[in-house]
Amino acid sequence: MEFSSFPWLTFITFVPSVGAILLLFFRRDAHTAMRAVALVFMLADFVGSLAVYGLFNPSSGAMQLQEFREWVPTWGIAYKLGVDGISLFLVLLTTLLGPIVILASWEDIQYRVKEFLVSLLVLQTGMIGVFLALDLFLFYVFWEIMLIPMYLLIGVWGNPARRLYAAIKFVLYTIVGSLLMLVAILALYFMAGKANGVYTFDLFKLYEFAVPLKAQFWMFLAFFLAFAIKVPMFPFHTWLPDAHTEAPTVGSVVLAAVLLKMGTYGFIRFAIPLFPNAALDATWWICWLSLIGIIYGAWVAMVQPDVKRLVAFSSVSHLGFVMLGMFAFTVEGVEGSIVQMVNHGLSTGALFLLVGMIYERRHTRLIADFGGLSKVMPLYAVFFMIFTLSSIGLPGLNGFIGEFLVLLGTFKVHPWYAVIAASGVIFAAVYMLWMFQRVMFGEITNPKNLGLKDIGAREVAVLTPILIFVVWIGVYPNTFLRPMEPSVKNFLQMVDKKKTVVLEMEQTPSLPGVKTVASSSGARPAADVTVQE
Amino acid sequence: MTDLVWLIPLFPLIGFLINGLFGRSFPEKLIGWIGSGSVGASFVVAALIFVELVGMEPASRSLQKVVYTWMLSGDLNVPIGFLVDPLSMVMLLVVSGVGCIIHIYSIGYMHGEVGFRRYFCYLNLFVFAMLILVSANNFLLMFVGWEGVGLCSYLLIGYYYEKKSASDAGKKAFVVNRVGDFGFLLGIFLIFVTFGTLTFTDIFAAAPQKLTQGGELVTLITLLLFVGATGKSAQIPLYTWLPDAMEGPTPVSALIHAATMVTAGVYMVARLSLLYAMAPISMTVVAVIGGATAFYAATIGITQFDIKRVLAYSTISQLGYMFMACGVGAFASGIFHLMTHAFFKALLFMAAGSVMHALSGELDMRRMGGLKKELPHTHWTYLFGTLAIAGIVPFAGFFSKDEILFYAFERNAGFWIIGAVAALMTSFYMFRSVFMTFYGRPRLTPEAAHHLHESPPIMTVPLMVLAVLSLIGGFVGIPIFEGWHKFGEFLAPVFAPAQKVLKAGHAEGHHSLALELILMGTSLAIAIVGWLLAKWMYLSKPDVPDRVIDEFKGLHTLVYNKYWIDELYDFLFVNSIVNFSRFLWRRFDDLVIDGIVNGVASITLAWGRGLRLVQTGLVKDYALSILFGVVAVIGYLVLR
Repeated sequence: MEFSSFPWLTFITFVPSVGAILLLFFRRDAHTAMRAVALVFMLADFVGSLAVYGLFNPSSGAMQLQEFREWVPTWGIAYKLGVDGISLFLVLLTTLLGPIVILASWEDIQYRVKEFLVSLLVLQTGMIGVFLALDLFLFYVFWEIMLIPMYLLIGVWGNPARRLYAAIKFVLYTIVGSLLMLVAILALYFMAGKANGVYTFDLFKLYEFAVPLKAQFWMFLAFFLAFAIKVPMFPFHTWLPDAHTEAPTVGSVVLAAVLLKMGTYGFIRFAIPLFPNAALDATWWICWLSLIGIIYGAWVAMVQPDVKRLVAFSSVSHLGFVMLGMFAFTVEGVEGSIVQMVNHGLSTGALFLLVGMIYERRHTRLIADFGGLSKVMPLYAVFFMIFTLSSIGLPGLNGFIGEFLVLLGTFKVHPWYAVIAASGVIFAAVYMLWMFQRVMFGEITNPKNLGLKDIGAREVAVLTPILIFVVWIGVYPNTFLRPMEPSVKNFLQMVDKKKTVVLEMEQTPSLPGVKTVASSSGARPAADVTVQE
Repeated sequence: MTDLVWLIPLFPLIGFLINGLFGRSFPEKLIGWIGSGSVGASFVVAALIFVELVGMEPASRSLQKVVYTWMLSGDLNVPIGFLVDPLSMVMLLVVSGVGCIIHIYSIGYMHGEVGFRRYFCYLNLFVFAMLILVSANNFLLMFVGWEGVGLCSYLLIGYYYEKKSASDAGKKAFVVNRVGDFGFLLGIFLIFVTFGTLTFTDIFAAAPQKLTQGGELVTLITLLLFVGATGKSAQIPLYTWLPDAMEGPTPVSALIHAATMVTAGVYMVARLSLLYAMAPISMTVVAVIGGATAFYAATIGITQFDIKRVLAYSTISQLGYMFMACGVGAFASGIFHLMTHAFFKALLFMAAGSVMHALSGELDMRRMGGLKKELPHTHWTYLFGTLAIAGIVPFAGFFSKDEILFYAFERNAGFWIIGAVAALMTSFYMFRSVFMTFYGRPRLTPEAAHHLHESPPIMTVPLMVLAVLSLIGGFVGIPIFEGWHKFGEFLAPVFAPAQKVLKAGHAEGHHSLALELILMGTSLAIAIVGWLLAKWMYLSKPDVPDRVIDEFKGLHTLVYNKYWIDELYDFLFVNSIVNFSRFLWRRFDDLVIDGIVNGVASITLAWGRGLRLVQTGLVKDYALSILFGVVAVIGYLVLR
């Protein structure tokens, strides 16, 4: 088979699962062997994704490396994968973190290792699948698949005191949103099928279907809930601090770095292009929720006594930027939003790894238990400082590129939103530096911290790949911005075009006497859906 | 040669990387000389480019070098590009030159410190960022340098991180600067939305078309950018971080908090002279804030006993002068003072550092005195710095300060009065520090007296170099005689567009020689009065200061405590936000949102529990409920 005709996307999606199946045949106590196998499969996955990157044509905005197989033809369900400039770097982020989390959990997890590794590998398949699926049904399958291993990661290997509460909260919160989304997916499927005569879950065919305004509103709302909970947007964020705090280190890393991106990715791939009119009408309140999230997350992060909770709330703030940039609907804003998704994955992922490293040593995450660690762990201090600065958005590192583009893109269309969001940049410095000061600076007051070992080779190996990308994005962001731009422009054009089509359709009523009336939601006047059909 | 301008910032970066990545086992000397040598190399390249620039036609002395495209997104195109013109040249020379001297001094000063390598890494990184700041050809790269110097300042203020006051001060500096950066960032956005580019030369070329003279847009842009300048250059209302920044090692205070970083705001305003000239309201704001800061900080300087704090407030005050100069349209004079100030203030800080070094870290001038004999080199160099800052002819500060006061007078006599009174106070508190430190009766602690020693040559030679510069540095800008103001002539092309805008509508001001001489004489007289007053109070009648303090107890307490502005800010911004955040977390997140979430769960659970009671598993119960059902249905049908 030729290099370019090899089904690379299927390969990178399912290689981790193959590893998971292989692990089933191992003896339970062969910990090191199983870890090595998991690592090898994750590395193979990463190498596969590099091949995808190599084959990807950066000057095209189309879906590339597409794969198509019939799955349930009678219902119009297909196995369809593809990658474009929007999903490419999210996939790469996921595969980059794969080997890192295996390596990071090497010593941390000593209990039910087999199940743990299997969970991680299955989770990896689910996450990559979500980013690549181009069929709504397939997407939904992957979306639900990853819920189970994550539930297990929190519930089994989490912090014993509250892990069950956190795991159940996580699952229930997510399921509430996903079920509503499922209803909306089915409604869209039937509505489009009825209109076109062909029933299909194919995303591109559904893109072409102009959904009537009133139906758009309700469907968008359902998708919004599912994704907003995942992001999480204020006020749907309260599952996040609990899940992060109680999850084992690598659980938090995967959760922060990749799982949250499913929400933001869902908006840009599904909710907005499928329902552009509803999304545009929702701009103002989504922007306000994002702004509240930016400021609220920062403020609440500031007063957290627990490092992990602090980082969790900082995620609420950072993802506010992602959402704000996306809903600016400018090239700069959307590109900034995607860069910021990757950035957040790198910086916050690294911060959780760092917190995990001192947790392994001291079995506490309370800021008050630390202080003066720079003295005993100088190398650790260097890494911690750099990732803190990356999170704050210091120019020269990755965070700045994303934040700047988001703010600039927003400023072009909504100057006041950008002003409010920019003030969040001040608070980011406050909560991160204050935390850093209390953990790393000062004299060592707690004798338990005196004998702490600095990070070793394995831990350096865990952090260094992330560090490389943190600097790379900051110094030469064009590597990442160039392949993104055609897809982002496509996205904006499609939204714009479809919006006009729907509006034209609404303005030429098929039956005389149809008046637009204010819908019960009060959001906007809408035509009667049934008439439109 | 100008194509190699990128080498200037690159050398310190290389120094940083070598020491940072591989320096773990290097001996102290090697680390120190790698650090100093890299900055020295930058200075050599800068000097070579300077020579080449002087050889060109004055009008063509503006060159750009783009290294690569940094950020390309939508309409945004930001290069890593450098601008070489007289203004950036002056800054490059000052930063790399003074920077190199301070690096060498640091080898002696920091000798034996545990964090020696860390110190030199930060210092090199700082010079790298500062050189980027002053040579960038666009706003965003300038902002990179701007934030970079802020970071290094944070790291170096908190160098003694085990001391809580030091890490607090570092954090305060960073956060207060971030408040300023907020304004700077918004200014950048507004510029981009207006011009579609962030490159300086393109903006200046398009400014006459895109902006109207005195319009709201240009006023807003310049005011937002000035907010950034007040943060970085410690002006009212964002000056509070600078006095605390003295927690850092003294050479850091000399380099960052006197000679270079804090002047970045002045540089920025001068760089954008055209935009400011188009916004008269902003010019007035800059001048008023500058004048007010010059005056206000000087009053605090009079009352302080900590020698570094005296110098810190003096720095704030002198920066105020520079802004006042820019605000009255004398941009070249502002930059002139920036340069001379870099010489004498770096000198004063390093000499103060030498005193500290001799006294085992003592900072309180009440426990000094009579050090002239034991520290001869430190004494005369400190004296030179004082003569320069006080404005005694022919020291450097005389020329630059006199020029500012002259232009201030031309604009509005009110500015001159503020400047002159501040100059009087400056002269007074500086000579006060000289007399309290080096003259009179020794008041040392026994321990300090025991270890008393002059600093080694590696520290005193840099002092002497700067002392000489403080003496002769002003000769490049001699007023009155035609053609003697080389400095002004060199910078003139940069500010020509702004001067054209400012001059438009005004008749060419023909200032009389007599006025110039009268003002010059007055400012010299003021400086001497301050000197004599300090001498009388602190040398001839040492009991006078205490009597004065007793006489004006309330006022003195107010000023000595810096008008309680720090406490006010803490109360207004810090505590209130922290308390409100706690409220949000405990009340809103935990009670309201989670209350709803857990409430839904509890209600579901309660329903489940309730319904379970119905599922008894007893046939008679089910039969009973069937009976009730049948009755209900029939009843409904009958009664309908």
